[in-house]
Amino acid sequence: MAGRVAGKVAFITGAARSQGRSHAIRLAQEGADIIAVDLAGPVESVTAYPGATEEDLAETVKEVEALDRRIVAHKADVRDSAALKAALDDGVAQLGKLDIVCANAGIYQTHPALELDDSAWQETIDINLTGVWNTVKVALPHLVANGGGSIILTSSVAGLKGLANSVHYNAAKHGVVGIMRTIGNEFALQGIRVNSVHPTAVNTIMIQNKDVWGLFDPANPNPTRESAAAAFRTINALDVPWVEPVDISNAILFLASDEARYITGVTLPVDAGAMIK
Amino acid sequence: MAGRVAGKVAFITGAARGQGRSHAIRLAQEGADIIAVDILEDVPGIPYAGATEADLAETVKQVEALDRRIVASKADVRDYAALKAAVDDGVAQLGRLDIVSANAGIGTSPHHAWEIDDVTWQTMIDINLTGVFHTAKAAIPHLIAGGNGGSIILTSSAAGLQAYENIAHYVSAKHGVVGLMRTLALELAPYMIRVNSLHPTQVDTPMIQNEATYKLFRPDLEHPTREDFAPASQSVNALPIPWVEPVDISNAVLFLASDEGRYITGVTLPVDAGTVIK
Repeated sequence: MAGRVAGKVAFITGAARSQGRSHAIRLAQEGADIIAVDLAGPVESVTAYPGATEEDLAETVKEVEALDRRIVAHKADVRDSAALKAALDDGVAQLGKLDIVCANAGIYQTHPALELDDSAWQETIDINLTGVWNTVKVALPHLVANGGGSIILTSSVAGLKGLANSVHYNAAKHGVVGIMRTIGNEFALQGIRVNSVHPTAVNTIMIQNKDVWGLFDPANPNPTRESAAAAFRTINALDVPWVEPVDISNAILFLASDEARYITGVTLPVDAGAMIK
Repeated sequence: MAGRVAGKVAFITGAARGQGRSHAIRLAQEGADIIAVDILEDVPGIPYAGATEADLAETVKQVEALDRRIVASKADVRDYAALKAAVDDGVAQLGRLDIVSANAGIGTSPHHAWEIDDVTWQTMIDINLTGVFHTAKAAIPHLIAGGNGGSIILTSSAAGLQAYENIAHYVSAKHGVVGLMRTLALELAPYMIRVNSLHPTQVDTPMIQNEATYKLFRPDLEHPTREDFAPASQSVNALPIPWVEPVDISNAVLFLASDEGRYITGVTLPVDAGTVIK
């Protein structure tokens, strides 16, 4: 089939819903087969919103298959490198190779720095930083065997600047940039490109919850999506409160495709100008 | 017609050859009509021949072969009035403006910074920085008047993000483009006009495929060739390639110009084979 990533295979973490599902669908629309993993369960330190479910992951499978692409989906936690490796190895065995990696899985819950307990710090570092490393580590041998590929790490505007009340998240997302640049250098000669994307707020459950609305609308005892939107707009230069998952997917599609064959080591904001504001 | 920039109109400077021609063709392949300008003259002191009228005619021919419209004229980016007349005429004929590619630029012979003469410095700043400003200034009223937002892509360089010895004037102009990009992005955000810059490593065009650039990379040789240049050029890149092709920059222009980049603004995007991280 035609398509900008036709014939390629993409490994996506956090693929059950939100950005991860959007990446799976967008890449499948352009001809890729998908290896999807998700925790598909709760995360202990995250109380602001529920974890993805097995039904969510099944919906991703259904939507990719509706595009006549193949998908191998497994329940796996990015903190568990053995489980992640087993899921990916099975996907590569079934789909034949690996070309694209989207390290997308992540969590976010706001805490003022001095109210952040050790377990919440650790869980965010474990998922948002070590989980990205585990994803890269299990994928690299397959990409080397493939003769090259494109790794896209989902960082954040918080990977480039220090937004208040999120020190654990910011530290992890800044760390992702270090992984990106190092592996970009270390595997360039094998034709493996590594880049990071840096979204502003994205319209998913990770920000569309009462905790985050309250962070943006602190005077309101009953903050809503609508009451928080005005404050969300103030962080962006463009007059939008947030971007949509597909906007991140389109950046990933570009970086994954051969159109970006010589782009590596790049931090790409998809941030409505939040960085320059 | 279908295409990722179908129905849009793009203004491209330096469109006669090299990257500019490639941008015109790539955007036309995806459905855009083109307003093209080029100086079509040799620039005194520049160590390679300028583009010619035949070059610009070839760009016109290739865009028209794609069944797109193109309005092409001779204009120097240092001459604001001429540039404005060219874009005004293009918009009058093609009906709108959506995309701006400020691509025109010059290379240079290597000099120690303290040995760059004033004329050489000024010519570089005039074309590679003020020329970009003129391009934006001439285009922005049309983008605002259109009311459809827009996308301005400024061609900087890896030398707009990091230093290179012996081309201080080029590095300074290309860094200046980033300041212009960020400021325009803020000022134009309320109009949903996006402004971003591209930062190529060496691109396989006449601007670098000349003996002056070969000597910048191979000061050890009296008359270095393309073959002598290639490994030295490759040594600055992380990926194992000596240079990228014009179409690689065009694909980045296309991405930023298209609605797929609708919320990307204020960004410095390297297309640099990893030279900045090396």
